[in-house]
Amino acid sequence: MKLCDMTIHELAALLRAGEVTSTEITESVFDRIDQVEESVGAYVTTARDQAFEQAAAADKRLLQARKRGSLSDISPLMGIPLALKDNICTRGIRTTCASKMLADFVPPYDATVARRLGDLGAVIVGKTNMDEFAMGSSTENSAFHVTRNPWDFERVPGGSSGGSAAAVAAGEAIGALGTDTGGSVRQPASFCGLVGLKPTYARVSRYGVVAFSSSLDQVGPITRDVWDCAIMLRAIAGRDERDATSSPEPVPDYCGSLKETDRDFTIGVPSEFMHSGLDSGIRELIDNAVRALEDAGARIVEVSLPHSDYAIAVYYLIATAEASSNLARMDGIRYGFRAEDAHGVQAVIRQSRSEGFGPEVKRRIMLGTHALSSKHYDEYYLKALKARTLILGDVKEVLEKCDCIISPTSPTVAFRIGEKLDDPVALYLMDVYTTIANLSGMPAVSVPCGTLKGLPVGAQLIGRAFDEGTLFRIAHLLEQACGESVKRPPLEAMKGGRDR
Amino acid sequence: MVVSELSISKEETAHIAELARLSLNESELAQAQHDLSEIIDYMNKIAGLNTDGVALTIQPCPVANVWREDVVLPSLNREEVLANAPDRQGEFFRVPRIIEAEGADE
Repeated sequence: MKLCDMTIHELAALLRAGEVTSTEITESVFDRIDQVEESVGAYVTTARDQAFEQAAAADKRLLQARKRGSLSDISPLMGIPLALKDNICTRGIRTTCASKMLADFVPPYDATVARRLGDLGAVIVGKTNMDEFAMGSSTENSAFHVTRNPWDFERVPGGSSGGSAAAVAAGEAIGALGTDTGGSVRQPASFCGLVGLKPTYARVSRYGVVAFSSSLDQVGPITRDVWDCAIMLRAIAGRDERDATSSPEPVPDYCGSLKETDRDFTIGVPSEFMHSGLDSGIRELIDNAVRALEDAGARIVEVSLPHSDYAIAVYYLIATAEASSNLARMDGIRYGFRAEDAHGVQAVIRQSRSEGFGPEVKRRIMLGTHALSSKHYDEYYLKALKARTLILGDVKEVLEKCDCIISPTSPTVAFRIGEKLDDPVALYLMDVYTTIANLSGMPAVSVPCGTLKGLPVGAQLIGRAFDEGTLFRIAHLLEQACGESVKRPPLEAMKGGRDR
Repeated sequence: MVVSELSISKEETAHIAELARLSLNESELAQAQHDLSEIIDYMNKIAGLNTDGVALTIQPCPVANVWREDVVLPSLNREEVLANAPDRQGEFFRVPRIIEAEGADE
């Protein structure tokens, strides 16, 4: 196995033992990028020179720590090459949100999550492709290029954090950060055979993360296993002075809790999510996952989320309303794209936005504007905020008696590129299982649980607020029981894909 | 596409675009009218949900107002901030003249 295909915790052990250097790992990652990136298209920008400088610095720090016998003070992320979604600001590296609007935007500061990873000694490989401003489920809404699923180049990697998932699946990064507003970390993780976590709302700072929907957005890791996910969450979670919405709740040692052997969990299966309309292959894999957890000692109970049928409507009304407000700052005045032939302030703003935004972003801004307009505010926006209370109530009630809720992450496996481009509503309906976690603020993780016709399927576990530790332990059980079948995409096929 | 079946009128679509500060040409306007109508038709299902007496959820895990000491901290580097400006003059963002331009624009 190549270094670029190993997990964070495996590489961390090798780095501590002095058996490999960060420079060697970084070389392995960039070799893979040279080999497959033309086919995969995971990145908007790679930061090769800076990455090798960071790797050299990490090697120096590791060497010193080994001499001093202080290796235990060093983060497992020291010297590990990671990728960041391109809506996470990185000082000196352009941050585009995969939009023409920000194509040349070079942030003068780091997002807190980027700074924390940097402080711990991680190597930043580059910035990954995404649906423009994180709006989409396929990464096809990028203004720059399509990203292909490393399991099948004819298929999408999911979205909106599709570039992050594709990079980790293809060995173009060891782990990555994405953002999840309605499933944008979990669904691409599911499509690419990876672990993806949306942490509890307010668990992770959003300072320097370009806002889409402020009551829903969270930053989350995409990794090769649950252990790596726990390492990355520990690194990025916690109170940030610069994000007033970040929680002061202490950050536990998630890896430590993974070592606990308690298996006395109660797991809820919502009847609404396992309905007859669900693809029978996916249903079977989720049933298998539930049985595997039962065999491992968990108690399975059927539960109900009676208002979940309204989740998509509520989600898209709230998310687009907030997006229309957040994206009002994109006006071509202080930064970003400015239309050339516009005369007058209003014309500059209108034309810059019209030329700078792609079709899906315009569609969502208009939908949100409609929901917030004085004539429709009560009927749509206020109604959605009330319905959100009912959905939150459903989830809270179930989590009073269950440690987590299990369901599929997505109703389908990765679909073909172009297949769903012309039907926005059909694409929105894909978020049927994921949005309730954002609406309720609960943490949710997607864990590989098998493959269907050679494509990965993920199971979603939704847990209690600020209890990612329990969620990781159940996810780890599931991974041990079912994850073995979903290892990595067929690499030979990836090499064969170079000629395409 | 039969226009009379769409739940949002062309005029309403144009009004939304104006509120959102987006300029749409004729074909974009027709497409937006079609897409928004289809999406709103789906969203209308929430009208059937009884929410009488239900409180609003503005954010899922509310935190109380956050206070901090009023201390001076370093700000962003002005040159780096202005480096992203589409147009600048010295240490200022350069924008079109507002009064004259508004008159010419409207």
